[in-house]
Amino acid sequence: MVSYSNFSEKLALIKSGRLTLSENVDFFLQKIRDNSDLNAYNFVFEDAAKKRALEVEAKIKSGNFGKLAGLVVAIKDVLSLKDNPLTCSSKILKDFEAVYTATAVQKLLDEDAIIIGKTNCDEFAMGSSNENSAFGPALNPVDKDYVPGGSSGGSAVAVAAGLCDVSLGTDTGGSIRQPASYCGIVGMKPTYGLVSRFGLTAFASSFDTIGPFANNVEDAELLLSVIAGFDENDSTSVEHQYTPDEKNLDEIVIGLPKEYFGEGTDEEVNKSLQEAISTLKNNGVKFKEISLPHTEYTIATYYILTTAEASSNLSRYDGARYGYRSENVADLAEMYENSRSEGFGDEVKRRIMLGTYVLSAGYYDAYYLKAQKVRRLIREDFDKAFEEVDFILTPTTPGTAFKLGENIDDPLKMYMLDIFTTSANLAGIPGISLPVKNVTGKMPVGLQLFGNRLSDAGLFAAAKQIFSLL
Amino acid sequence: MNYGIDLRNYEAVIGLEVHAQLSTDTKIFCGCSTKFGNPANSNVCPVCLGHPGVLPVLNKKVVEYSVMMGMATGSRINENSIFARKNYFYPDLPKGYQISQFELPICEDGVIKISTEERGAKEIRIKRIHMEEDAGKSIHDRGYDTHVDVNRCGVPLIEIVSEPDISSPEEAYEYLTKLKQILLYLDICDGNMEEGSLRCDANISIRPVGQKELGTRTEVKNMNSFRNVEKAIRFEIERQTELVDDGGKVVQETLLWNADLNEAFPMRGKEESHDYRYFPDPDLVKVVVDEKWKEGLKERLPELPAEKMEKFVNVYNLPEYDASILTLELEVAKYFEECVKYTKDTKSVSNWVMTEILKYLNENKVSIAQFPATPENLAKLVNLINDRTISGKIAKDIFPEMIQGGKSPEVIVKEKNLVQISDDSVLEPVIDEIIATSEKEVKTYLAGKEKAIGALVGKAMKATKGKANPQMVNKLLKEKLEAMKTA
Ligand SMILES: [Zn+2]
Repeated sequence: MVSYSNFSEKLALIKSGRLTLSENVDFFLQKIRDNSDLNAYNFVFEDAAKKRALEVEAKIKSGNFGKLAGLVVAIKDVLSLKDNPLTCSSKILKDFEAVYTATAVQKLLDEDAIIIGKTNCDEFAMGSSNENSAFGPALNPVDKDYVPGGSSGGSAVAVAAGLCDVSLGTDTGGSIRQPASYCGIVGMKPTYGLVSRFGLTAFASSFDTIGPFANNVEDAELLLSVIAGFDENDSTSVEHQYTPDEKNLDEIVIGLPKEYFGEGTDEEVNKSLQEAISTLKNNGVKFKEISLPHTEYTIATYYILTTAEASSNLSRYDGARYGYRSENVADLAEMYENSRSEGFGDEVKRRIMLGTYVLSAGYYDAYYLKAQKVRRLIREDFDKAFEEVDFILTPTTPGTAFKLGENIDDPLKMYMLDIFTTSANLAGIPGISLPVKNVTGKMPVGLQLFGNRLSDAGLFAAAKQIFSLL
Repeated sequence: MNYGIDLRNYEAVIGLEVHAQLSTDTKIFCGCSTKFGNPANSNVCPVCLGHPGVLPVLNKKVVEYSVMMGMATGSRINENSIFARKNYFYPDLPKGYQISQFELPICEDGVIKISTEERGAKEIRIKRIHMEEDAGKSIHDRGYDTHVDVNRCGVPLIEIVSEPDISSPEEAYEYLTKLKQILLYLDICDGNMEEGSLRCDANISIRPVGQKELGTRTEVKNMNSFRNVEKAIRFEIERQTELVDDGGKVVQETLLWNADLNEAFPMRGKEESHDYRYFPDPDLVKVVVDEKWKEGLKERLPELPAEKMEKFVNVYNLPEYDASILTLELEVAKYFEECVKYTKDTKSVSNWVMTEILKYLNENKVSIAQFPATPENLAKLVNLINDRTISGKIAKDIFPEMIQGGKSPEVIVKEKNLVQISDDSVLEPVIDEIIATSEKEVKTYLAGKEKAIGALVGKAMKATKGKANPQMVNKLLKEKLEAMKTA
């Protein structure tokens, strides 16, 4: 099959007849089969994708086609697509089928994208390694001994291994940016509320976002521009029109928060970032050291608030109306207890218990309420920073991808891996992870760029140029 | 009533929590119908079924109705209010939490004025009014399995919480009556307690008269009529008094009222030991009711019971008693006001409505909306009496015909030739005849017992089939008899 490096090239190839969509979809399907050990997909929609390839191809020939016509997309298995499985990689939703389509997914379909399958992830998007999946772990295509990151591990693997053009993931505390960084691709988390959450299975409602994975910034932006927009079905979605922006690198100032470059960051990440920063400096980018003083509280604040919301969001999986119900049930209390303890995995149960605890009478003020106050302070840190600088640059993660099983017994260590990504979700700001050269090792390193609220287009504009320089 | 217990040493402290189902067309957070009586699980969608990924979207009407209730009770309308999740597991609660309001409800600090015979006028303070979604219904009477009907899930409710200002079962009854009256005047709830559109829980404690701090309270639930609320409260006051009198202590617990046994029984401990873990619902933004919205709603606010009452006394010049009965139900008040568009005699209309019409409604168990005689025809009837076309007696006779056939009283009077006879030339021969044939009564009268004239009037009325003008008959008889005296 003739190759292409981004979607506009692909579309040109299809239009000129040098590439047929069916051929392209068959290629992906074959590659998915050849790489089934990566375990990137929970479900592959082989027949549907083939059929749709023919329809979209005809549309392109007719000259009347959507913005994503021909784009082959994988979606994370926490997003609803009507009449298709929705498992969230959990036993508790093993045989569940969605009865409606998520707004973001519908927007893809409306613009003639081809949805090729649903990707593996950590159960209910809780995890940083894709090891908490009822479908088993997804593997890092750079080295299969390593985790791809999580929770949107499958979506990152599918793009990095060439098992689709682009994919959608979700990001509650880094679940797009961290696997993008681990797999060496582009992953972007938009401003909270820019993309409708309707049809995204809730983990932590005030943190959850849907965003793109791609091999390049242009395709990521195209995907986001399509799914962005106000949705009357989501009260927290914002009325904001996404309009692409332009940025000259010599006109912008990028902040370097000192709290993100200190101890706790691996040498290979630090060195690789410094190398990238000097490349940018040489190209006229101005840098300024800044401070985000409440950084040390982000992990605690994040885990208190997200587990609180999760404990409530996941109450609906109780075996009563749909999903897994334990066979071993004598009364109502047992139906709840057994269905939930058999249906949920360990990490999900851990977080439900944590969240239940922090909301309990007598602990609410000390944990939940205090954490809400700290969240406000973290937001204010960013507000102040963005008065001084246009963007903020940090490592995406303190280290590169780790080996499967390496951290599975140490949840706290696993939680600390989110240290650089959770702040964007606490503050509701957009963030993007771009691959940079690892100057000392083999596993990919990610550079993270934050923008102010609703500066998503500006962030993409800057990221495009930075990406081209690195 | 006497329950054999001396309550004089104790006073009861009662607070009521009333849930009122708002009569919006659609549910509070989705577009499903709120219609009662549809087949089980037919008014549902992914949102109210709590499917993965769904989000609530607030129905603006619910906010408006709640604000109107707040205004009608003189409550403060909070510019910002927030929804919270109340977390608990139950099969008829699809999401595992109920969306309600906890901190920052939409309305606070209102008042409802009541008046009872035993204690007179009193103000019952409203602590808060908040919006929430209803749960579904568990059906346990189908053998081993429990069935769940989710139709009611997401039907909008307001919870109206009173301060513990109520001191007796009678006051509680009166408070509920007034509350329901306001809901119906606002037309935001159908007030039907049997169908569950109005529900009431009571918090009850007792304390020695004069003591300031409150005693331990119990909560009584499951009353399906105002009378049952009254009975349950009376039962619980008596139970607590008896307990304390015997040296016992009231335990804080929830009791369920059993209307068949007229007794309240404690709920099982497990079901009531809830930690609801309230926290702000992150799926909903804060509800903002700004001045402009409030002004618009104030303008739409209908006349309220107290205003109506005042109008009936001052504008229609009715006694307070009449006004209170006529304004109890908005529809009755409206009927009355429609009538007095066609007649000036407001008091006569009031009498007709309070006696004949309300009697008919009671006997036939119908509402005034289904009453067949139009207000205009009732007013015409009153006018026919006042201009002496017919007598009051004839009016009472033709009233049933107005109800049956829906005809106007004028038509009936004409058809049946019932026009009152006030013509001397017609009446004189009749009266002469009666005097001539009623020797005994005439003698009695002439002997000074003037009351005997009543019997003669009766005879004249009978002779004219009730059509004679009684005043005329009376006058003519008197003239003729007096003339006989002097002769
Ligand atoms: Zn619904």
